Amino acid sequence: MTFAMSAPTAEEFHAPGPGNFNLPGFFDVAGEAITKPMFQLVLAAVLVFAFFYLALRRGALVPSRLQFAGESAYGMVRNGLGRDIIGSHDFQKFVPYLVTVFFFLLVNNLFASIPVIQFPTFSRASMAYALAGLSWIVYNAVGIRKHGLVGYLKLQTVPSGVSPFMYPLLVPLEFFSNIVVRPVTLALRLFANMFAGHLLLMLFATGGLYLIQDYGGAIGIVSGVAAWVLAIAISFLEILVQFLQAYVFALLNAMYIQGALADEH
Amino acid sequence: MDGNLNMIGYGLAAIGPGVGIGLIFAAYISGVARQPEAQGRLQAIAILGFALAEALAIIGIALAFVL
Repeated sequence: MTFAMSAPTAEEFHAPGPGNFNLPGFFDVAGEAITKPMFQLVLAAVLVFAFFYLALRRGALVPSRLQFAGESAYGMVRNGLGRDIIGSHDFQKFVPYLVTVFFFLLVNNLFASIPVIQFPTFSRASMAYALAGLSWIVYNAVGIRKHGLVGYLKLQTVPSGVSPFMYPLLVPLEFFSNIVVRPVTLALRLFANMFAGHLLLMLFATGGLYLIQDYGGAIGIVSGVAAWVLAIAISFLEILVQFLQAYVFALLNAMYIQGALADEH
Repeated sequence: MDGNLNMIGYGLAAIGPGVGIGLIFAAYISGVARQPEAQGRLQAIAILGFALAEALAIIGIALAFVL
């Protein structure tokens, strides 16, 4: 089912729907339209790189404020996600990946709250799935390189402490859950949070406008203003959700890597 | 009565995650109440649990609109 683009008419309110997320292209490159989310991805990458490059360019022993901010941000991911989750033995190889994922995702999410941009990049599902696909490749490659293919599959699918009679039931289930479903839930969690949040904001904003403009009367104006106040409140909630989803994505990445590296039985 | 079966489905599907998140934070509050020093360590676990339980509710609302 699709909804029309929300253009409030005098008769009816067209609620925002998934159609509102199909943004038109700016210009064409080799036949493919470059849309706003694509542009935002590149912009986020440039911003993250620029921040860390400028923060760490002149590494002084007594840090400037920007250097302190950059080092704190890097240190938070390195210690909280890398060292504490993956373990102090072999976490250092994965810190660049985790830092990149966390900050790239955070900046893309925060685009939804920045005035002119106002579109969360990962409300386009394909982009969330691409990031989750990269995560899938990383944690599987890490596990296969350490344990070999058979050993890695045994680690992921055969739970310890279970009698062998249960294996025909448990092994396919564990395989499905650990190897097939993990990237899907990673991507779906991120995409659905960003999609639902943005949809909610659009609903309150356009709904308030419709109530004030077209419904009119005392009820219309009061409830329209209330809708707009709620839109502001939900914007703050959305900022929290954006930070949270970026953190959880990076945290789950770290946990999957740690699970792939684990030495069991 | 106009409406959409998707939304009824979402409403029913939100019961589970609602209860689950309540349980997670009940455990977190109990843990911090017994041992306030553990708040930092427990907070990371609580946030992780919250996100995992919330994922199902969020998938519900997103698919209720998209499908």
